[in-house]
Parts: sequence; structure tokens; C-alpha cells
Amino acid sequence: MEEVRVNIFVFVKRVPDTESKIRINEEAKSIVEEGLNFILNPYDEYAVEEALRLKEAKGGQVRVFSLGPDEASTILRKCLAMGADEAVLVKDSTPETYDSLRTAKIIAQVLKKKFPDFDLLLFGKQSVGADNSQVPSMVAEFLGIPQVNVVTKLEIEGAKGVAQREIEGALEKVTFSLPAAISAQKGLNEPRYETLRGIMAAKKKEIPVVTPEELGLSQEDLASRIEIAKLESPPIRKAGRIIQGTPEETGKQLVEILRKEAKVI
Amino acid sequence: MFLVFIETRDGKVKKSSLEVLSEARRKADELKAKAGAVFIGPNSETLASDAFAYGAAKVYVLENPALSQYSAQSYAYALAALVKEINPEVILCAATSMGKDLAPRLAAKLGVNLASDCTRVYLNDGKLEFTRPIFAGKALITVRLNSLPRLATLRPNVFPLLERVERSGEVVKKELSIPENQLKGQVVEVIREKGEELDVSEADVIISGGRGMKGPENFALLKELSAIIPRSAVGASRSAVDAGWIGHQHQVGQTGKTVSPNLYFAFGISGAIQHLAGMSSSKYIVAVNKDPEAPIFKVADYGIVGDLFQVIPYLKEELKKALSE
Repeated sequence: MEEVRVNIFVFVKRVPDTESKIRINEEAKSIVEEGLNFILNPYDEYAVEEALRLKEAKGGQVRVFSLGPDEASTILRKCLAMGADEAVLVKDSTPETYDSLRTAKIIAQVLKKKFPDFDLLLFGKQSVGADNSQVPSMVAEFLGIPQVNVVTKLEIEGAKGVAQREIEGALEKVTFSLPAAISAQKGLNEPRYETLRGIMAAKKKEIPVVTPEELGLSQEDLASRIEIAKLESPPIRKAGRIIQGTPEETGKQLVEILRKEAKVI
Repeated sequence: MFLVFIETRDGKVKKSSLEVLSEARRKADELKAKAGAVFIGPNSETLASDAFAYGAAKVYVLENPALSQYSAQSYAYALAALVKEINPEVILCAATSMGKDLAPRLAAKLGVNLASDCTRVYLNDGKLEFTRPIFAGKALITVRLNSLPRLATLRPNVFPLLERVERSGEVVKKELSIPENQLKGQVVEVIREKGEELDVSEADVIISGGRGMKGPENFALLKELSAIIPRSAVGASRSAVDAGWIGHQHQVGQTGKTVSPNLYFAFGISGAIQHLAGMSSSKYIVAVNKDPEAPIFKVADYGIVGDLFQVIPYLKEELKKALSE
């Protein structure tokens, strides 16, 4: 086996389960978190899985990071149970700011100050929630390294890589040099389930905590510059009408309605 | 100035870029400002007429042999160089695959925030506000950006095009030098699978199938419908994708794509909350499902309770007739 050893860092986020109904707080600046079930962001699971596969093939180390409150250690334990070597919590008790630039700044600083020996940074292509799709590219820019987003295939060979990323109706093949930042799309792999042994081992592992302050970031660096004017629920759609009749009649009526009434065909 | 990055693919201007330019012009007019357009790469000068026709007062063309192939890093470098020179107040581009890849890199380079995938741009008391769906559309957030220039990407298929008016304007060409360290990643090939399929995010009409399609072979029925309807694409629910019946790039919903077409057909889709989130902003929704209690009927404008396999053949015939008229 080729012994290259890749130093892989995966960045994960704790998000509300995709089955959640989202309610807005009265002040209209945040969502109601009470009663929500939080999970590891689904796209981040592909990133963790890809990191583990690369490590299994090439040797190296997989470290997982999450920026968030203490509760984020639950998803870090899941990553440890999947097989990550280490997990680090970058503690941030600030409520969701939807400010990716701030997140990316903190992540870039963690790497520069504490772990400058990275080869590969893996992310989910977006968090299910803020839906920004910004952090991977911003971190890449802050570190001066190349990025490939929405990746469905990844190969690393020595200090170079090739990735396929999804674009509209096609795939782009991108070559890049390491270190690099990659964001994972569904289809990259099939994430593994944690084993019982993995879960037991993960329970015993310590999760070190890093605070933004100890990274030398000032209050100004940490302030959000996105001003939330309001959060609201989308307009509620009303149920329309049911078209009655035999399949032949309903087919005919529907086309008639789409042409004459809705005027969309 | 409102500066709009114009994306080109295969030597053509993307329609979604012209939508963004149209919106830039509308807002610029309200603020008594101007809209400008920027193209990157060789031969883009010939496409400038499209930008003038949709509201640009001035067109910038950034050139360097290294920019003939897209790369987020070099394109962001080129745009940042122009931005530093002309100081636009607002920079906009379409929230396409390229826009979503490029804009955050540019934002970080300029040290400013970015509002992604916006569906509305407001002027509130002379200040710009951007509204964007979060949680795949389960909520909407409106933000003000307190860093300059203000940078946003706008969702395709949402902002109306201005009427095309042929006019001319000034084209400013800039020959840039691109340092080697800005070329660490490069697109080397674009791989298209069988023909030019329209992506669900760009389609005017989406024909989606769910678990009720019963198997991969039946998605051919939806493809046949798509072949009849102009600017349409085949979509799918997560259960159909996870069953392996169709590729995940067709998935609509919270772990797929959020879409806002003019018309959305849901065949055999019950309407899980993740799916409804991703398609509820469609202008018209048609649902065909056996189960009259399916949640999809709560959001559909028109519903047919019945066997989709019996309805589709008639629907196809009627569509063929109607569209050939």
C-alpha cells in the first residue's frame, strides 16, 4: 500500500432534523429551538465518510471539528463512533448568525494557529438550515488553497487530486493541488453506520474545547455583520381543487385548465 | 453602480444572469444608479450586446489566457481586481453552480458578507434588503448587509427578465495578469451524460415522481412527458432517489434542490415535509396520487385522485395535441 498519510480535517455542523417543522420566535429574529431534534448535518456525513475512506486507503489521520455550543459534542461523538481519530469543539455560544464569513474566519484561524499541517479539508456542500453554501469557499480563500464544491467523486494521488463536481445537467472534472478544500454532495459515497464498538470507544474519548478568544480573534472579528431584519414563515398555500372524472376526463380537463386558466402550458 | 457578473457556458450567456441583470437595472433605476455587467474570458466581447439589451450601461471584459477555463480562485481574483478599481456598491450574480462556487470566494477575498440564493431584493428606506429561503424554504430570512460592497446571489427562475431592447454602450476591456498562486485548481473537462438535459433548478416545468412510480422503469413515462413540454425537467422525491430509481441530481427537497418552476407535477409523491419545503414556492402545483389523504393535496392547486399509470397516457395525448396547436 502506498504510504502517503493524509492529514484530513472535517468540519461538521449540528442542525435540526430535516423532518422538523420550523417555527419562528415572536421577535422574528430566530427559530424556536425548543422541541427540535438536532442531528449531524446530512451532507457532513458524506464528508466524514470520505475522510475515513481516504484514511483507510492512504493512511493518515481524520480530525473532526464543530463550531457551536456544548451540545454540538453529540454530533462529534457520532463522528468518533464512525471512526474519526479526534474531535475538537470550537466553542461558540452565539445564537445562529447566518454569517458564513464569521464562521469561515474562525475555522481558518483554528487551522492557522493550531493545526497548520493540513492536507485536505472536507465539508458538507451546505448546512441544512442556513443553506448558505459559503463556508468551504471562504475558508479556502482565507487559507489561499483551491476549492472544489458539490463533489460526487474524489481521488487523491500524492500532492494532487481530481474531483468531479455537479453542475447544471453535467459534471465538471477539476484538478487541484493539495492542500485543498472539498465540499461533499449526496452521491459521493454511502456513509457507514456506527458500530456498537465504535460507539463505546467514542464515549471514552475526550473532546478538547477551543474558544475563539484563545485563537486571538477580537470581539470585532467575532461580531456578525449580517443584520437580521426578520425571519418569517413562507406564505401558506391553499389546497386547490380536485378534478373529478375518469382518467380520460381528468387528463383532458387538467390540460385545459393549465392552458386556459393557469396559462402555464 | 450595481455590477452583475455574467456567466457564459458554451459561448452563450446564461438566462439566469440576464434575470439578475434585469433585477439590478430595476433597483438601480429606483436608486438613480447604473447597472454594469462584467464578463470573464476570451471572446466575451461579442456577447456584450446581450448585457446592453437587458439593462447594462457599461460592460467590462476581463481577459487573460488563464481565464479561458473556469476556476473559482482565478475568477474571484479577476473580479476582485475590477471591484477594487471601480468600487461598485452592489455586486450580484446568479445562484447557479458557478455563482454559488464563485461568490463566496469573492466575498472572502473582499472581506465582505454574502447573501446567498435570494428570492427578493427590497429597497427599504433607500437601504437594500435581501430575502432568502432557509431550511429549504420552511422559513424566509430578510437581511441587511453591513459590509461594502454588498454581495448577493439571486436564485434562477425567480426574477423576471426585462423586455429586450437593442442598444449599444461602452465596452471596457481589461488585460489582467493572474499570479501562479491563483491557479491551484482548474476545470479540465465538462462531462455531459447523454444529451443536454435541463437541470431541475433551471426548468420552467418540473415533472416529478415518487414512490408511487413503483420502479425505475416507470420514470420513462415522466421523461416522455418532459420530451413534449418545452423547458421541462424530470424531478424526484427522496424515496425514489434513495431506492436507486433515478440519480440524486433529480432530487427535489431538503437534501436535494429547492425549486420554483412555473408548473410542478407531483406523480405518486405523498408530500413529506422535506419535499414540500423544496417545491412549495412553485407557481402552480399539480398532484396525481391514489391516496386522497396524501399531504401533497394540501399544497396542490389542481389534484387528481387516481392511478397515475392510467392518467399519464391521456395527459400525454392531450399535451401533445395542445402543444402542437
